[in-house]
Amino acid sequence: MKWEVVIGLEVHVQLNTVSKIFSGASTAFGAEPNTQASLVELALPGVLPVLNKAVVEKAIRLGLALDATINQKNVFARKNYFYPDLPKGYQISQMELPIVEHGKLNILVGDEEKSIRVTRAHMEEDAGKSLHEDFHGMTGIDLNRAGTPLLEVVSEPDMRSAEEAVAYAKALHTLVTWLGICDGNMQEGSFRVDANVSVRPFGQAEFGTRREVKNLNSFRFLEQAIKYETQWQIETIEDGGKVQQATVLFDPDSGETRMMRSKEDAHDYRYFPDPDLLPVRISDEQIARVRSEMPELPAQMKARFVDAFGVTPYDAAVLTGSRALATYFEAVATASGQGKLAANWLGGDVAARLNREGKDIAELPIDAERLSGLLVRIADGTLSNKLAKQVFDAMWDSGLSADVIIERDGLKQVSDVGAIEKMVEEVLAANPKAVEEFRAGKEKALNALAGQVMKASKGKANPAQVQEILKQKLA
Amino acid sequence: MIHATLKQLSQQLADKQVSAVELATEYLQRIDALNPQLNAFITVDRDKTLLEAAAADARRAAGSAGLLTGAPIAHKDIFCQQGWKTSCGSKMLDNFISPYDAHVIEQCQAAGLVTLGRANMDEFAMGSSNENSYYGAVKNPWDLAAIPGGSSGGSAAAVAARLAPVATATDTGGSIRQPASHCGVTGIKPTYGVVSRFGMVAYASSLDQGGVMAQTAEDCALMLNVIAGFDERDSTSLERAKEDYSRELSQPLAGLRVGLPREYFADGLAADVGRIIDNAVSELKKLGAEVVDISLPNTQLSIPAYYVIAPAEASANLSRFDGVRYGHRASEYKDLVDMYEKSRAEGFGSEVKRRIMVGTYVLSHGYYDAYYIKAQKIRRLIADDFKAAFAGCDVILGPVAPTAAFNLGEKSGDPVQMYLSDIYTLSVNLAGLPAMSVPAGFSDNGRPVGLQIIGNYFSEAKMLNVAHQFQQVTDWHSKAPAL
Repeated sequence: MKWEVVIGLEVHVQLNTVSKIFSGASTAFGAEPNTQASLVELALPGVLPVLNKAVVEKAIRLGLALDATINQKNVFARKNYFYPDLPKGYQISQMELPIVEHGKLNILVGDEEKSIRVTRAHMEEDAGKSLHEDFHGMTGIDLNRAGTPLLEVVSEPDMRSAEEAVAYAKALHTLVTWLGICDGNMQEGSFRVDANVSVRPFGQAEFGTRREVKNLNSFRFLEQAIKYETQWQIETIEDGGKVQQATVLFDPDSGETRMMRSKEDAHDYRYFPDPDLLPVRISDEQIARVRSEMPELPAQMKARFVDAFGVTPYDAAVLTGSRALATYFEAVATASGQGKLAANWLGGDVAARLNREGKDIAELPIDAERLSGLLVRIADGTLSNKLAKQVFDAMWDSGLSADVIIERDGLKQVSDVGAIEKMVEEVLAANPKAVEEFRAGKEKALNALAGQVMKASKGKANPAQVQEILKQKLA
Repeated sequence: MIHATLKQLSQQLADKQVSAVELATEYLQRIDALNPQLNAFITVDRDKTLLEAAAADARRAAGSAGLLTGAPIAHKDIFCQQGWKTSCGSKMLDNFISPYDAHVIEQCQAAGLVTLGRANMDEFAMGSSNENSYYGAVKNPWDLAAIPGGSSGGSAAAVAARLAPVATATDTGGSIRQPASHCGVTGIKPTYGVVSRFGMVAYASSLDQGGVMAQTAEDCALMLNVIAGFDERDSTSLERAKEDYSRELSQPLAGLRVGLPREYFADGLAADVGRIIDNAVSELKKLGAEVVDISLPNTQLSIPAYYVIAPAEASANLSRFDGVRYGHRASEYKDLVDMYEKSRAEGFGSEVKRRIMVGTYVLSHGYYDAYYIKAQKIRRLIADDFKAAFAGCDVILGPVAPTAAFNLGEKSGDPVQMYLSDIYTLSVNLAGLPAMSVPAGFSDNGRPVGLQIIGNYFSEAKMLNVAHQFQQVTDWHSKAPAL
């Protein structure tokens, strides 16, 4: 039987506010345990939450970017459960009236664009951490993370493959970092994904029973977990079993998922509106102001890159993978007038070297002006591709401009017909065997001869001219 | 001196007839002598009190004193106070020394009021008789066999027995007005949001409101000037201009429209209490008030609505008492769940457990709409009743409780009977309105009975005016029990 997987994602986006969602305590990562827990995070008797307004602003930002409805009255609710790293015994979250609803996010898988519906995004506080490793027979509680603001972004079950799910997660990751509301650091837990996965016979309208894979903190784990889970569910059904609703954990070491709790163990969270917090009211003016402060969004920029610089939709998508890359590309493309060339270089040599050195586009040692200087020299024929790579590497290491390096190292491409003709004649004279083979119909011999000419020119001869003159002389 | 009002004491302090240390010493002696039989205080700390008093004298000497600097006060054990045990009447917090001050405490400290001690109360403010305290019941100073009322029974008994001239208190369903009525003192519960809840241990957050008790309405006004006002640490605190609650005290009452809700004078009201309220109304009429017949038709529904909403909120508010970070933790347990269960089973008393159970139940999946949502709708109806009533009157008068103080142990085995006695006080909290209890006479068995004055939102100054004028022509408020 042919099976179809159905996936919906819940993403916890940690907002990069200076202080916590309901207190003035710092949100900085990595401090000594419990040094960033105020009276509020400790949940002492009598303390009260006060909403950090920056959290609302950031949520509105995301809502606008997702083309969603901003609920101008939204309500915090208490989600009740006991756990030592949840000091109040309830998490302040949003239930019936979240701040953001009915959005959408477009993804590109292969050449196909697809729109994924975003059900809602709501504000909530993070819990602390339970540290089981460092204490013998005891559990340590670190409340530094407690009260860190989160936006939980919930999608509709609109994805039909692990690739689509990863594309959605990546697009959302790009968006929240692009908007400057999240640092995007997945290792530190700033962007955590839960995947709801179910399978159904292809063509069946009803959804199968879903299992939720919790807390995936890399795109690779997300993909592995969904693929494993999909296969496990198909095999379970094909073996005559039934998938039971459950929450599962993904073990990156084994690549498998394992049961955390079944539906029977599910909590009754007893949500009710938090009486300590008034409903959040958002005015038309506030929405208009946040809108006016928004940067150009990836989707708009992508369309503009295709129009203005003639790059392919695929390249435009890659270039708008981060705001830093997009901004850099636009600067290079505009300064050099070479959009396609800029796209090729950024996707090719620049990406390769960054990758090799484990660096991010923001750490690129060649600024947009210098790179555009290099591209201009390629476009005007001064540099062959091969020479350009040599110049690029020199630029990376030296901080000098392309022109200075070309001059210093004498790397100008030779396009002087007379000089090339002279070299061709010498090569032909020195390689009678190859000349004979070519004349006997062996086309490959031409390349060997061209290679000899290039070598004689120390790589500086214009390769196109070399080919042309060789053909003339051999004709 | 111990019968002096706050106003009189502040005058004596200003005139240097007495020092803060002398005053504190005198009250501490009286507490030492009488508290063993009344049990109005959970904690008394002579050294701390005298230090505060000395500091107040220093402020007086330095010329930086305020009106009330050096005057003594008792604080209900629900307000977190730095360095003091803040038990909230519970074993759960018997070991909790607060590391911070509630807003109300800060304001009192800033005014230079001297803490005499921490007043007893029903555990987590849940109760109408003060029999639910881990530290034992408070006795009514007028009759040691009677309850003092609750939950602020310690505050009321302390003021009535002249163990303190004033006391802080809180009111979630009548916890200021009912003990004030039963002990014959004046108490005010302001409009919800007027006094910050920051640092006040939460029982039912949408109903809890801090207030004060004193001998007179005038003293209540002086105290409200200290503790009321916007506090950004409480999101439900109202951002309003600071006001002087004494400003209308001496206004004549001619033309005042006084509403008498039919439902407050129907079946269930004891005859002696009814007669006392009638007499009080007559006094006000003599002062020029006009009586208006009004109706608050949903009064009966306030009991079920309150006993859904308050426990629901309490069930979440009390979850933080889990034995993990502070408070009582069972000495032996086998795992995490066992630690929670044992710590909470040992730390909470039976009424607290009952309300946590009820609250958990009404919020549960499948019951939420039928209980919690329905109760919220009733709450709206009750607020609408008052809105309609206040279209035709300036204040509403009635009894505080159906009877004078009952006997200790009389209803402690029957929670429903206990809940029913809250009939005249709960609606006010559900609507968020301000209200007072003013001493108005004595029951047939010699126990005090208070007159309830309910005001419209933010009409504290008007209510205090009515109470003060009443106290100019009556002397119920200045009567003290023989001890």
